[in-house]
Amino acid sequence: MREMIKMVVVLTVLSFFSGGVLAYLRNSTQERIDNQVLEFVKGPAVRSIFEGAGNDPIADRFTIQDGEVERTIFVGVFDGEPRGVAFETSGKGYGGDVGLMVGIDVKDNKLMGVGVTTHGETPGMGAKAKSDPSFVAQYKGLALEQKIAVTQDGGSISAISGATITSRAVSSAATDADKIYQKLKSQIADNLKKFK
Amino acid sequence: MAKSLTQEFVKGLWDEVPPFRLVLGLCPVLAVTKSVENGIGMGLATTFVLVCSNMLVSSLRKVIPGKVRIACFIVIIATFVTVVELVMQAYAYPLFLKLGIFIPLIVVNCIVLGRSEAFASKNGIFRSLLDGLGIGIGFTLSLAALAAVRELIGTGGLTIWTDWNLAFDVFGPAYKPFSFMVEAPGAFVALGLMLCLMNLVGKK
Repeated sequence: MREMIKMVVVLTVLSFFSGGVLAYLRNSTQERIDNQVLEFVKGPAVRSIFEGAGNDPIADRFTIQDGEVERTIFVGVFDGEPRGVAFETSGKGYGGDVGLMVGIDVKDNKLMGVGVTTHGETPGMGAKAKSDPSFVAQYKGLALEQKIAVTQDGGSISAISGATITSRAVSSAATDADKIYQKLKSQIADNLKKFK
Repeated sequence: MAKSLTQEFVKGLWDEVPPFRLVLGLCPVLAVTKSVENGIGMGLATTFVLVCSNMLVSSLRKVIPGKVRIACFIVIIATFVTVVELVMQAYAYPLFLKLGIFIPLIVVNCIVLGRSEAFASKNGIFRSLLDGLGIGIGFTLSLAALAAVRELIGTGGLTIWTDWNLAFDVFGPAYKPFSFMVEAPGAFVALGLMLCLMNLVGKK
């Protein structure tokens, strides 16, 4: 009986300390880890969208509460003017959600560019959406009023061969981004004033 | 016969070097040795866990009841592995992305548990520290050596540490990479050849 109690006590105390140490460490590294994730997962997409921007689009960001989700919005400053905003949306792909960073030119109301951030698509097929820059380049400069879809669906994007589902996912994510932008337009405009 | 302190340390470097002599912990050995950088990163992470868990297990060896010792060791090891994981995410994110799932898997690496069970639970703190350090460094060096062979033949270059610009194109652009070596089967072949070499040298 005594041994039994000792076993329970030792394991409990050990787990208690382990939990405490890890909770403390997690709290103290959380912010840094978030920054690293932004830099390495979303960073490349954001930077390629805002190529030639005069600021650091990863550092210049703000968040907006949109219903239940909080959206992080990156800002691209061109010639001293905050012209571009970028945020992430997603579309249903072949292997789960395809995360898409969508850059919008707030002055001309057009897409500044898109970039795939996370995906689970087939390597060599759907994964080309991320690895082949010529596919996402088609989205660059599309006007927001225009229908953003692959040619099969009456749009202007030619799908990656063998990966229509992925191409549709990217297009629907871009369309979603437009809807979100229209919804949050006034809030975004308010926030952008700070970056002048 | 008790070994001297130096022997405790040195044995991990040759006599008991984990992947080649004990043939233990092969999962990360085969999986991450695609580049020297990955091998070193994985080795250092494992070394940290080994040293810390060995010391803690050794200092608690009189308190931990025999029947639940494995559970206690796992709690201790898992804690240190999570520490490594968080720190790596915060300070070396690209490396974390490359090593990915293999960092949490250090918990079930039988070298770490094996050292706790076979050594640290029976020896003093300082000896356990030396043992962990020796085995850890031996593990790191063997990962680096295996990775060097695979990367050199498989890609024609060596990446030792990207952040310090230690990446070399050894054979030059004319070399046609034998990419079989950086794929999974190449890992087995390379490991087999290394084992063979180690045994040949050891025989003399």
